[in-house]
Amino acid sequence: MSAKRRMPAIVLAGVTTLALGLSGCAAGGGTSDGEAVELSFFMGNVEANVATAEGLIAAFEAANPDITIDLDSSGPSGAEGDNLTKTKLATGEMADLFWYNSGSLFQALNPDQTLLNMADEPWVDSLNESYVQTVSTDNGVYGAPAGTATGGGVFYYIPDYEELGLSVPTTWEEFAANNEALKAAGKEAVIQSYADTWTSQIFVLADYFNVRAEDPDWAEKYTAGEVKYADDPVAMAGFQHLQDVHEAGFLNQDFASATFDDALRKVANGEGTHYPMLTFAISTIADLYPDTVDDIGFFALPGDGANGLTVWMPPAIYASANTEHPEEAKRFLEFVASVDGCDAMTDAVGVSGPYLVDGCTIPDDVPRAVADMLPYFEEGGETSPALEFLSPIKGPSLEQITVEVGSGIRSAADGAALYDEDVKKQAQQLGLPGW
Amino acid sequence: MKRSRIARIGGGVLAIAVSVVVFLVPFAFILLTAGKTRQDAALLDFSWPEQFAFVENFLAVVQARDYILITAFVNSFVLTVASVAIMVTLAAMVGWVLQRRISRWNGLINFIVLSGLIIPPAVVPTVWVMQGLGLFKTLPGLTLIEVAFGLSFCVLLFRAFVSTIPRELDEAALLDGAGPIRLFFQVVFPLLRSVIVTVVVVQVVVVFNDFTNPLYFLPGDENATVQLTLYNFQGQFSTEWNLLFMDILLITIPPLVMYIFFNRQIVAGLTAGAVKG
Amino acid sequence: MTMTSVTSAPTIPPPPPIEPEPARPRLSGRIRANRPYPGWFYLPAAIIYTILFLVPTVASFYFSLTRWTLFDVEFIGFQNFIQFFQEPMLVQGFTNTFVYAAITSGAKVVIGLALAVLLTSEIVGRGYLRAVVFFPVLVSTIGVGFTFKVLMDPFDGLINQTLAVFGIEGPGWLTDPSLALISVALVDIWKGVGLATLIFMAGIVAIPREYYEAAKVDGAGGWRNFWSITVPLVRPATNTVIILSLIGGLRSFDLIWAMTRGGPGFTSDVIASVIYKQYQAGFYGLSTAGNVILFLVVTAIILPLFIWLNRREVEL
Repeated sequence: MSAKRRMPAIVLAGVTTLALGLSGCAAGGGTSDGEAVELSFFMGNVEANVATAEGLIAAFEAANPDITIDLDSSGPSGAEGDNLTKTKLATGEMADLFWYNSGSLFQALNPDQTLLNMADEPWVDSLNESYVQTVSTDNGVYGAPAGTATGGGVFYYIPDYEELGLSVPTTWEEFAANNEALKAAGKEAVIQSYADTWTSQIFVLADYFNVRAEDPDWAEKYTAGEVKYADDPVAMAGFQHLQDVHEAGFLNQDFASATFDDALRKVANGEGTHYPMLTFAISTIADLYPDTVDDIGFFALPGDGANGLTVWMPPAIYASANTEHPEEAKRFLEFVASVDGCDAMTDAVGVSGPYLVDGCTIPDDVPRAVADMLPYFEEGGETSPALEFLSPIKGPSLEQITVEVGSGIRSAADGAALYDEDVKKQAQQLGLPGW
Repeated sequence: MKRSRIARIGGGVLAIAVSVVVFLVPFAFILLTAGKTRQDAALLDFSWPEQFAFVENFLAVVQARDYILITAFVNSFVLTVASVAIMVTLAAMVGWVLQRRISRWNGLINFIVLSGLIIPPAVVPTVWVMQGLGLFKTLPGLTLIEVAFGLSFCVLLFRAFVSTIPRELDEAALLDGAGPIRLFFQVVFPLLRSVIVTVVVVQVVVVFNDFTNPLYFLPGDENATVQLTLYNFQGQFSTEWNLLFMDILLITIPPLVMYIFFNRQIVAGLTAGAVKG
Repeated sequence: MTMTSVTSAPTIPPPPPIEPEPARPRLSGRIRANRPYPGWFYLPAAIIYTILFLVPTVASFYFSLTRWTLFDVEFIGFQNFIQFFQEPMLVQGFTNTFVYAAITSGAKVVIGLALAVLLTSEIVGRGYLRAVVFFPVLVSTIGVGFTFKVLMDPFDGLINQTLAVFGIEGPGWLTDPSLALISVALVDIWKGVGLATLIFMAGIVAIPREYYEAAKVDGAGGWRNFWSITVPLVRPATNTVIILSLIGGLRSFDLIWAMTRGGPGFTSDVIASVIYKQYQAGFYGLSTAGNVILFLVVTAIILPLFIWLNRREVEL
């Protein structure tokens, strides 16, 4: 629709330049030969992501002197950034290349109309199969993975564990027992940082491995509207855990006003022991607290049954459907999804998990928390993608709900029911059958 | 007489003391944080910097992303001057006629003006209209957007203050043979001085500090305006508070200078008495 | 009273603002009266306003009847409005909106008028005070939001650390669910009162001094002057401040978003922030429906008030 609306303006502009070109034709020649093609690249301002993109661009430009890439990372990130991205796509004003989430957020971009299809590119075959699903629709494949997979679980301060003789928990009961011991020893057992609301969702989202262990088809049923959080005790456990850690008094005193930065400082300096978070945070810790980064370990969020890791897929770099330089854009995405691309990203920000491109390797000297996470991916370990990579539905208000449950404003049962309502709205918006 | 002088001085001193706590301390906080190192600033406390990094921070902010702040200042300056000039002139014309002219349409016009204050602008349809007119992503386009969104506020203020200008002055000018244009620009406009200064000051601040409209209607690095630069120092996962507050400090200076400049005008306008002209 | 005598004395230069004139009885009289005020003065403003504001707004109202993804449009009738009224946080959002608007506009009128009287009197340090009261208006909302979020931190913030010096344990200004909205309202007042003061000051100095001089002859004191001269004659300014701050309060969003994002949880959500969150979530049709509802609610409050205030102005 918007593309149609734009047509007259573009046609007019084309006619004008053509006329100007003709009238001045004596002055002569085309300018296309030998000149570098410039691609624009848009992304939100997230420090580690910008560093990744800059690393990729520098390496790509060195290998492809005929293409330059102009990065615009001045815009907002988070929900405001999502908004801006959708507005740009809907109005046909998106840059040639852009950085965006994979999974459920990607589905809301209406990819078949707005993005450049990569399905026929040979490099798609070298991508991990479950990653491809998170950047695909029924009609095409659209993105190249920007970064490594990350795990959702708990960072812990190893000296505290050594001091109290604790061992890494594999069930929620053991985790709770460790928390009791830490609390008795006068420590802040669980750090939460509800000033940055998105951090409050980990107990619910990273619990998905445990939900799936109980019912392997949960995601499909959830997409079809057949299962709900509120009436499934296993799925509700995430909300219940949030309520429990608050009621048991395990949280840091300033949980309501602490930010993500504060929480990283606390766990890096041992001011608190556990911080539930995604492993991508390790690159920020390594950057800000290089002396203590190896005091921080990691374990998957414990549940009531088998122990395994919930995995977040990396975001992706996409090309816009109306780019004037599709070939050059494809070459950049090919580079992103290559071994050279992986190495460029490793050089830029380090790794926080395994890559999803065949042949890519990670260095031997990874931070301790990343090393703790790798066994889950290897033989004998178990992982599951997070729900947002298996289902297109993610309710937009989850982070407000988890803050309320996690600070005692609302009960777990109430919160789960409210989230079900939120999910319903999203499903209707997506036009899914069964809602 | 003596008692009232003591009351004046006492009241003044008290007011100054309160104003220091209520109004100046937050500014001092911005200033101090802008002078700290990143680690020091991350504590976010109200303290003297352990180590002054004022110049370093200043340079870091100015040089960030290829001197984008300089570009942003130029863009914001042009945008602000152009849009406020147009807005004030057009709104004064509307406010004057709306207050003076007797017509059964006045109720409707008042309502349309008010609705400009009440309804939040619809982003995507506005972009479509601008694309159709070839105004999207252009500085003139954004200028007209700011004019359109700011008109209601200005008209409301002008309308209220035109009512304090005696009609007899209009009639006197008409007897001298002035037409409507001369009447307005030579007689009425000067009489509106104090409210014009008020409107200019307010709208300069609004436009200069606008964040949403440039974000949506004038995207792109080369088109950055000053408020967008705040995002350079405030990513989702990491915040450089010292640079952020340095940026806040730097982008507050132009409105401050403008205000100090106009403050004399405001005071002059006020002491002369707006009506005496 | 003295006012009328001043009015009728032709030698005293500024006659008081009595507006508008009584309706003119004859049409020809009206035409002649309107001649110096040509209708085409509306035209330039009207063109810009219509094209860039009214047209997109009316277009957007259509989308409130659709399920809209920005890419596809599906007509669904009034379903969005039904959905909007079923929002779990709606009642709290409305309550918060009214509380916030009442607190901020009430405080801006009272404090603004008091400051304006103070700053137009012969007080020591007047120039400094006039400047400093207006300073916060100059800082961007985002900047103010950042700054006060830091100052209001329950543990490290300057406010609670200062209170701690006096042995008071300060509350979690922005993290206590029952306090967050009030804290933001206080900052809103801090930021906005300078503008209200300026408008009141312009109104006060426009009052002809003759009134006060006449009142002095009558032996009236400062308090009586305030109530019988300043308050009634500054009414156009008062009306402007009431209308502007009430609309601002009912629609307020920027500062709340910068400081609490409606949190903790949903406890400081106002209608505008509920709508914005729906927009962010991609519920474009739903959020447009919310805008229509917000528009109707604000109009239902402001329009009668506006007409009433204007009538009072006329009666003066």
